[in-house]
Amino acid sequence: MTAVERHTISVIVDNEPGILARVVGLFSGRGYNIESLTVAETDSREHRSRITLVTSGTPMIIEQIKAQLERLVPVHKVSDLTEGGAHVERELALIKVRGTGEKRVESLRIADIFRARAIDSTIDSFVFEMTGSTDKIDAFVKLMEPLGLIEVARTGVAAISRGSQAL
Amino acid sequence: MSSKTTSAATAAASPPATDWTGSELLLKALVDQGVEVIFGYPGGAVLPIYDALFQQNSLRHILVRQEGGAVHAAEGYARSTGKVGVVLVTSGPGATNAVTGLTDALMDSVPVVCLTGQVPTHLIGNDAFQEADTTGITRPCTKHNYLVKDITKLSRTVHEAFHVARSGRPGPVVVDLPKDILVGRSTVYEGPEAGMRKTYAPRLEPDADRIEQALEMMARAKRPLFYCGGGVINSGPKAVELLTQLVRATGFPCTLTLMGLGAFPASDPLFLGMVGMHGTWESNHAMHDCDLMINVGARFDDRVTGKIAAFSPGSKKIHIDIDPSSINKNVRVDLPIVGDAGKALAGLLSGWKSRKAKGDAGHAKDLAAWWDQIEKWRARDCLRYEKTDKVIKPQYAIQRLYELTKGRDCYITTEVGQHQMWAAQFYKFDKPNHWMTSGGLGTMGYGLPAAMGVQVAHPDALVVDIAGEASILMNIQELSTICQYRLPVKAFILNNQYMGMVRQWQELLHGGRYSESYMDSLPDFVKLAESFHCVGLRATKVSEVDDVIKEMLKVKQPVVVDVAVDQTENCFPMIPSGAAHNEMLLGPADKKKPGGAISEDGMVLV
Repeated sequence: MTAVERHTISVIVDNEPGILARVVGLFSGRGYNIESLTVAETDSREHRSRITLVTSGTPMIIEQIKAQLERLVPVHKVSDLTEGGAHVERELALIKVRGTGEKRVESLRIADIFRARAIDSTIDSFVFEMTGSTDKIDAFVKLMEPLGLIEVARTGVAAISRGSQAL
Repeated sequence: MSSKTTSAATAAASPPATDWTGSELLLKALVDQGVEVIFGYPGGAVLPIYDALFQQNSLRHILVRQEGGAVHAAEGYARSTGKVGVVLVTSGPGATNAVTGLTDALMDSVPVVCLTGQVPTHLIGNDAFQEADTTGITRPCTKHNYLVKDITKLSRTVHEAFHVARSGRPGPVVVDLPKDILVGRSTVYEGPEAGMRKTYAPRLEPDADRIEQALEMMARAKRPLFYCGGGVINSGPKAVELLTQLVRATGFPCTLTLMGLGAFPASDPLFLGMVGMHGTWESNHAMHDCDLMINVGARFDDRVTGKIAAFSPGSKKIHIDIDPSSINKNVRVDLPIVGDAGKALAGLLSGWKSRKAKGDAGHAKDLAAWWDQIEKWRARDCLRYEKTDKVIKPQYAIQRLYELTKGRDCYITTEVGQHQMWAAQFYKFDKPNHWMTSGGLGTMGYGLPAAMGVQVAHPDALVVDIAGEASILMNIQELSTICQYRLPVKAFILNNQYMGMVRQWQELLHGGRYSESYMDSLPDFVKLAESFHCVGLRATKVSEVDDVIKEMLKVKQPVVVDVAVDQTENCFPMIPSGAAHNEMLLGPADKKKPGGAISEDGMVLV
């Protein structure tokens, strides 16, 4: 068996009703994985959206995923950032922690180390905002667990290639 | 062809331009697309379209008896003409009844445009009467679908739908039309020349370097084989002609998939017969042992490959396909060539000819040795069956049908099951577009409505649905349509009173426990035919087979022939599920051989 690889794929689509359902339906219908999916309009004049997908599979499956995505009529471009080389991936997370005393202080200290910002505070809670790689957010969330973690909201990965070239 | 583009702004300023209702715009777009026939069934949401149809004479409407029949009829029409088949159904149940046919067309790459009515825009999402989320339901079973929410985009959308349906790898496209759009008015009509959106541009031209590499591989091959499918037929008659020339120029053996039958003449000695689960001994062994497989327009379907791990282990594989997602989907290939089959074949043929002129086209000695081996396989005569005058063997009935119709322009459709495989094995197709069968989806009930669609397209041709008694009952209501339009369709039923293929699998896999596969209380097909104003004929003895076929051919009306065939006959050769090509069963005796039975792994496969 060939090893399973994790790939980040950018898909530029016409922003029309049903396009997200087409992409998601393709993945569920053919049994592919979606680890995360992020979508928003990125070109309001041309009504184009960018979908960033993180998926995993054998090289043959990854190749299929890309070919199947390209086959959808409203899809402009499919780009495998993992295959394309250098790129940056970021995620935004909002993390709610409840606690008092030493735990509360500790959570603030760790947030500082991770460059997370407190964007909401009550006498016994914080909401931290942080951006970073998926790994970094995972690590922060893990550290918050014993300190009173009660809720996490994550955006999923947004990714872009390094250098001066556009997709 | 007239077309007129007027924007709302200029319409207000200049003298009043013609304005059309949505229904009129729709029909105008259909006419401009060259549509002649629509298969459909009316209902509340599409009444405005039916009203517009009533007031014109360019489009002919064929009223089916169930929407499922309309889609299969459109498929038969499309596959026998190469044109787009058009379906018109109402909202809700009209659309959901069309789903099986749409899925069938998707699996077999048949160009179909299905127009569905929809509740008015302001009611969408309210669970209105006869509302269904048609675009949601049909998204996974169409090549693309549209919901028209703006009447000014109606004509453009229809033209785009036809373009998507017929270009690249063809397929079904749904256009969902809310009733307020159909009764609304607009001056905006765009003709078929209206630009297609930029995102859709199938690649047609194959890479020249890869064609050259393919030629090099062909010149070096010792045991080459052409493995071709429906993609060649979809590419058009020219591609079929080019394939025939290329196969003959190379002298390589050629096998075809179920969907590809007719892409190369069955009467040519270079043809090895069909490949796959019920393919010939020589085809499957050649697939297994070849050293170069040249796949043109076939998709390595599981019915062809059998056990993937043991599929043609020693061969280099070239795969020519218009759909990039077909490449490396099931089987990893050595040389993928994305493009139109016809264009690729033209490149291969001219390249091969110039190589031949230079004396650089293959090893004649190796090829002769390969043919010696193939002839040994062929000598097994794998399609032989017991000749008897006690009971009508289904193979015999089809053979006689072939012999008695072979000089004529005869179109064959089938249902799904044993009779379908026997038809594929025993009816020899020398021309494309004459064989219509449900391959990918395996839809019982396909054959009768498909035959109807073929007959509408070819009123003077002989159209025969080779059927089983179980399948044909799934869409038997279409006899009423056949009668209404005086379509002289012939239904040739091989009646064994079983769902034969189900029974065969139960025999081979489930210890002969024939669970629910026996059909009790079948209708009297002769009387049934008569009640639909068709001619009913029956053969119960071997000596009657020729007579009923001759009578069927003589009668100018629709005919239903009920042929009582051997109830226990099974379809061989057979690659048991989960087995490799060289582990075929040749006949009933084989299943008792060690290793001949179906493995545990094979049991879970379909």
